[in-house]
Amino acid sequence: MSDPILSVENLSRHFRVGGFRSAGTLHATDDVSFEVSASEIVALVGESGSGKSTIARVLAGLYPPTSGSIVFEGQRQGKQASRKVRGRMPMVFQDPFGSINPVLRVGHSLERSLKLHRPELDKAGREREAVTLVEKVGLLPGAEVLRRYPHELSGGQRQRLGFAQALASRPSLILADEPVSMLDVSIRIGLLNVMRSLRDDEHVSLLYITHDLASARYVADRMIVLYAGRIVEEGTTEEVISNPSHPYTRLLMATAPDPRLPLSHETDVEDLGEPPKVINPGPGCRFAPRCPLASDECRSSTPAMVQLSPTKRVACFAVKGS
Amino acid sequence: MTTPILQVRDLRVEYTTPAGPAQAVAGVSFDLAPGEFLAIVGESGCGKSTMLFSIAQLLTYPAQTVGGSVLFDGVDLTTLSDEELRQRRWRDISVVMQSAMNALNPTLSIGAQLADACRAHTDWNEDKIAQRSAEVLSMVSIDVAHLKSFPFQLSGGMRQRAMIAMALLLEPKLIIMDEPTSALDVVAQRSLMRQVENLRRELGFAVLFVTHDMSVVSHFSDRLAVMYAGEFVELGATREVFDRPRHPYSVGLMDAFPSIVGEARELTGIAGNPPSLVNPPEGCLFAARCASATDECRSVRPELVTTENHAVSCHLVNPRRRS
Repeated sequence: MSDPILSVENLSRHFRVGGFRSAGTLHATDDVSFEVSASEIVALVGESGSGKSTIARVLAGLYPPTSGSIVFEGQRQGKQASRKVRGRMPMVFQDPFGSINPVLRVGHSLERSLKLHRPELDKAGREREAVTLVEKVGLLPGAEVLRRYPHELSGGQRQRLGFAQALASRPSLILADEPVSMLDVSIRIGLLNVMRSLRDDEHVSLLYITHDLASARYVADRMIVLYAGRIVEEGTTEEVISNPSHPYTRLLMATAPDPRLPLSHETDVEDLGEPPKVINPGPGCRFAPRCPLASDECRSSTPAMVQLSPTKRVACFAVKGS
Repeated sequence: MTTPILQVRDLRVEYTTPAGPAQAVAGVSFDLAPGEFLAIVGESGCGKSTMLFSIAQLLTYPAQTVGGSVLFDGVDLTTLSDEELRQRRWRDISVVMQSAMNALNPTLSIGAQLADACRAHTDWNEDKIAQRSAEVLSMVSIDVAHLKSFPFQLSGGMRQRAMIAMALLLEPKLIIMDEPTSALDVVAQRSLMRQVENLRRELGFAVLFVTHDMSVVSHFSDRLAVMYAGEFVELGATREVFDRPRHPYSVGLMDAFPSIVGEARELTGIAGNPPSLVNPPEGCLFAARCASATDECRSVRPELVTTENHAVSCHLVNPRRRS
């Protein structure tokens, strides 16, 4: 296997919360390690509060990590991401309505990114490049789209523009933070197909952050399942979907809404979906309070990652025992 | 057959816009039986929430109901005064809004908000109010201790369940739900849907449920209506619509979301955008995005035709009888 373009080791990010007397530490991400290879889509899957967005934000340099190391394209990253790194690893945000300047024409915003990240291009070159970029993400006809204002675009079109914007700096990895969750179901698939074409045609890797297992399965080569800031399971997409090992992954699978499942799928999931406590967490597996298999061991010590196959890892005492 | 609890006939809602009136709901008719769960799915801007608000008579300018009737228990809600509506709200019909975060008052405890609703709509004394509040909270699996909690102290799923508890206070016959699950994680979403389903079986209220994500209701609703550009294009038993969608738009929707079961396969979704509601096209509203549209589709608006309890508005499914 080729060298990974991104390798994250023991990454943690904590936040101080509360006032003087009630101060606590929120463990948004704890001891997370993973790699992303060239032309690969890796999905980070988890519920709200699982730390998936925090990981993307740390990678994008929006906050420094509390501890751990990030090696991107062979370079160990410091506290602040340089402009070059931000260009090679841009981020696409969740909200297509809040992430584009509403008073500038689409073309203007895009050409500004080009001016910043591609200084070798002259004005005519930037205009040509902008048309190519928007057409790559399926916004046709490109020249006409560039003359519009953001309010003239639908949510799906804006999100495509977000990907065009990210492509402008010739990235090797795009951090996509829930890029389709605010879009209608009927539009999502178009964006997911854009993500696949970026991988297949532009050879860009993507870190796809989502809570939706089905869309992760559709686009991703590998899947990392997060719970309460820790990785609980990792493997190729089909491995995780067809044979989920961690009780939390199984819960996610059992609750995923899917009309193609038979009615008898109405399983007896009693879980209310209460989020985990990540402020001053105690020892033990963080899923233990919700886990049907939890033992005393689970409540007292943290399970380590166990390699189940060359590509699959899981952090669970119950799985290790079997 | 039982008498429907709700009969909507040719309901029309318009928004006043600088470019002229936009027809958000363009003549929708349906019946809802007591205790029935009807889900309405469609993409944003198709008029589904506007229609719910029109049924509950909650529309405000620039939207207004311009035609049709909403018969609830035989009384046309569109003709009632504000006071007559107030007497029916909460007692007969209650509404669960999309975002519990915005619908709950952040400065009052859950108990105080439940009590407010009781005082406004009943003459119960404080003991009865406290007892009923505790009762509805436990119905939605929230610990009674949370009567004293403020909304910010509850998780997203709990807030949404507290909203449902409020809707249940006076045992309404109909609960209208506007995307109650869209802000929730999958596990909380599934748990909320199961709870709604169990409560409906137990208490017998009817549900009108709007969502853009039809997979959410696939295992819960009795019937499913697919809405497009202000019209119902298909209405039938939920399972039937999922397994054998007939309208090309429903077929496209079914093919638009990936699945966690079966073979991984390519999906295409539906190309194009919905039509303008200010100057709607003459023929079928979906014709411009439909791969099998004919000249007839582009010139004549199809009607919703019911055969064997399954209604579809499409020339290709219901060929017109030529005289």
